[in-house]
Amino acid sequence: MAPNTKSDLEFIGTPMRKVEGLDKSTGRALYTDDLVFPRMLHGKILRSPHPHARIVSIDTDAAEALDGVHGVVTGRDMPTTYGIIPWTPDEYPLCVDRVRYVGDGVAAVAAVDEDTAVRALGLIDVEYEVLPPFLDPYKALEADGSTPYVHAAKKEGWNGNITKKVNLEFGEVDESMDASDVVVEGEYFFEGTTHAPIEPHCAIGLWQAGGGFKGSGGESSGKLTVWSATQVPHYLHRELARVLGVDQAHVRVLQPLVGGAFGGKSEPFDLEFCVSKLSMITGRPVKILYTREEVFYAHRGRHPFYMKYRTGATADGRLTSVDAQTLLDGGAYASFGLVTTYYSGQLLCAPYQMAAYRFDSTRVYTNKPACGPKRGHGSVQPRFAFEVQIDKLSERVGLDPIEFRRRNFIGSDTRTINELRVTSNGFMECLESVERASAWQERFRKLPFGHGLGIAGSTYITGTNYPIYPNEMPQSGVQMQVDRSGRVSVFSGASEIGQGCDSMVAYIAAEELGVPLDYVRVLRGDTDFTPVDLGAYSSRVTFMVGNAAIDAARKLRDMVQQAVAEHWEVRPGEVLLAGGLALWAPDTERHMHIKKAFNLAEEKFGTLGSTGSYNTPKDVHGDYRGGTIGSSPAYSFTAHVAEVEVDVETGVVEVKKIWVAHDCGRALNPVLVEGQMEGSAYMGFGEALMEEQVFKDADHGMAGLHDAPSLLDYRIPTSLDTPELQALIVESIDPEGPYGAKEAGEGPLHPSIPAIANAIYDAVGVRMDRLPFTPPNVWREIAAAREAYTLRKPVAPSGVAAPALAPEPVPGD
Amino acid sequence: MSTSTEIACLTVNGDRREIGVPTHFTLLEALRYVMGLTGSKQGCDKGDCGACTVILDGEPTLSCLTPVWEAEGREVTTVEGLASADAPHPLQDAFDLNGAAQCGFCTPGILCSAAVLLDKSPSPTREQIREALSGNLCRCTGYTKIYDAVEAAAATLRNGAHGS
Repeated sequence: MAPNTKSDLEFIGTPMRKVEGLDKSTGRALYTDDLVFPRMLHGKILRSPHPHARIVSIDTDAAEALDGVHGVVTGRDMPTTYGIIPWTPDEYPLCVDRVRYVGDGVAAVAAVDEDTAVRALGLIDVEYEVLPPFLDPYKALEADGSTPYVHAAKKEGWNGNITKKVNLEFGEVDESMDASDVVVEGEYFFEGTTHAPIEPHCAIGLWQAGGGFKGSGGESSGKLTVWSATQVPHYLHRELARVLGVDQAHVRVLQPLVGGAFGGKSEPFDLEFCVSKLSMITGRPVKILYTREEVFYAHRGRHPFYMKYRTGATADGRLTSVDAQTLLDGGAYASFGLVTTYYSGQLLCAPYQMAAYRFDSTRVYTNKPACGPKRGHGSVQPRFAFEVQIDKLSERVGLDPIEFRRRNFIGSDTRTINELRVTSNGFMECLESVERASAWQERFRKLPFGHGLGIAGSTYITGTNYPIYPNEMPQSGVQMQVDRSGRVSVFSGASEIGQGCDSMVAYIAAEELGVPLDYVRVLRGDTDFTPVDLGAYSSRVTFMVGNAAIDAARKLRDMVQQAVAEHWEVRPGEVLLAGGLALWAPDTERHMHIKKAFNLAEEKFGTLGSTGSYNTPKDVHGDYRGGTIGSSPAYSFTAHVAEVEVDVETGVVEVKKIWVAHDCGRALNPVLVEGQMEGSAYMGFGEALMEEQVFKDADHGMAGLHDAPSLLDYRIPTSLDTPELQALIVESIDPEGPYGAKEAGEGPLHPSIPAIANAIYDAVGVRMDRLPFTPPNVWREIAAAREAYTLRKPVAPSGVAAPALAPEPVPGD
Repeated sequence: MSTSTEIACLTVNGDRREIGVPTHFTLLEALRYVMGLTGSKQGCDKGDCGACTVILDGEPTLSCLTPVWEAEGREVTTVEGLASADAPHPLQDAFDLNGAAQCGFCTPGILCSAAVLLDKSPSPTREQIREALSGNLCRCTGYTKIYDAVEAAAATLRNGAHGS
């Protein structure tokens, strides 16, 4: 048995309530905007109306003179750049001399109420020198410097619109491609989408001046406290201190419950710096709540990807060579873009084996809101292209696409071609599960014209092996203490964004210490008293925080077992903690209440507390530049089957159902795991059919203006839009995960999109290589297919390779 | 723009109260920022997301689009008013048990829409539930667990396990 699991699980693996569940359903739960402080001021940020412009001057005199205004700040008050990736800090809290997208912040005010703050914004006079914007990523890439680039050049030979280039090759791609029996080429486009959490970003800053305690060196004269709807309190803590010049020891970040994030709150934002600086100026707490429109401009969502894929296979359906070229439209700032550029290629090398692989990815800046990490960061887009490529290859070699995927299964306890270590792998079980549940064999290629089934698979990381800033310290820490009442307090720095991580540590404490779940209190969201956890991103939390919680709990458990064993004069290993009792394993009639056991331990050891930590294995990737990016202690695996109905007259695609099979290692609480799987599939469905984060160009209104910055016009699925979703949990029991668990929050999004695309093909014989599959886009492809006489049900797989094995003609050749 | 303040007389969750509010305030602003009832959420402030849904005279109502004056003389119930003193509303309990609230931000509005549905249709079909919740956006769950919870609560209410 792996070290981080145990036999006779009492809680783990069963449906359980969440620790904050009733708070959320009764309205007691407090989010950042629910907090009010005495003398609190309300802030607002003035934003650029231009996509690209120099700031010539800013006159704030009239705003400052307005009755009720207490503070005004501009970029010059915070002239330090920040950025979530330490190597690419390219943003100011407020723009200093240049604005780079419509919505870039230029000034902020704090006033007695929101109305006054809004009025004050109208009194700020900004003179701009408007510059030509870059909106098209190809034009940005090819720019010659005749107009100012978005940023200064990062490397010699690069124009100033290039954020990052990655070119990696594993194996002999060209030779292997030439030797392939079948080669499929395709061009794919993934439109940008955004997170749209229902809670808008909100932050409150409180500067408390004074102090100057003995030993402080006279350097600091105050303390900064920030409440924020962030999913990365630790990184925010660091950046606030650095940018505002406050000793990190004097900064405290509190994270109330977060009303959804999905990657959209995973780096510092302008409002957190502005509330802090405005509080420093006014000496009063300051709150800023984004409007919904501001949330759309803050963005950091899915990058638009322009992808060209060549994929080869043998006649019997073995992947020989994969060659990918990608242009990423990054928007105005780097955000996580360095990582996104690597992820666009690094995460494609499972669950299938391939003999050779190359990717060439370039991220460019454009004058639009910055793109960043959205659920399935950087790998949802290439996964769409690749899984459609595989569908095309399967057809070319006459194989059922599920069988094709099985033949190329990479296996468990292996390395990918880019040298990432894979441990547990339940992908085959995922395929089998969706195949059976969807009655695939009876229905694929056999449904009437207009109805179709599609399959897709995927993999995703369970956390990144390396933290964002280089250090050897643990990625996650948890502290626990037990009270004389039997209560267990868990101090957790994990970021509860709805996924259930506060509950997860409570389940572990109850499991290891044998107390009822309602004996566990989770104290959270405060950098003053919780150990560091790096944040809710990269699907790292259950694995890393869970292992840290097990570590902390077992230290306490060992002490309790020792004390009870001594009391009973038995061996510590014979003492069980379960069901609110300490029991003697050989004869459980001999037992005591857990409170008594805790008291015995406190008598023996003194006040009871422990810390636990987790750090990642560091030898699980290739030794090449970028080899660490994409490496993870474990990988999750997913397979979806989607069923669609396509109306060829209107282009309307109705997704009837998605079967979602996901290898999460072990489902610590199956209710929450299913919720992550269903929510992921829903979000992928929305990206496939409905969502587009797009901007006007000069021919269609004002260049750079968001096309639809509202939850009415940016169409996220309602209950009536969302298809039936069936979650099918697969458990591979990972050797290093807590009780064998891996991630479940991001992986199950990936296959939704290609599964739907492949189902559309099964329905009407039309390939959808560009997102989204809206009625006009689908109808255009249907019309083209009708003209080409290809609008028909595709032929069922023969089981043998098609006789004509010559490569398809390359478009444009 | 000058803001004038007037007295509004509201009955919220059975409590009749007089409050001073700026004349342009919505019911949502009065609830959240004047009365301290922060259970109702603001997700968009323009009637698109449904997080601010409250029950106004028995009907689900977007409080962010309702001027506070329109609520005078009417019965307002918010998420805080669904529970009795000794137990949560069966819907609230079912949402917890079924994992229907992930981030929980849309939950108060969904509960208000669902409570009205169950008042009118004690045994709703899944189609009726989908229809009744179609004005409430949830970004976390994919709605499946929410349907499960509403169905579970309906069964509890029908069986009379929770009185009212």
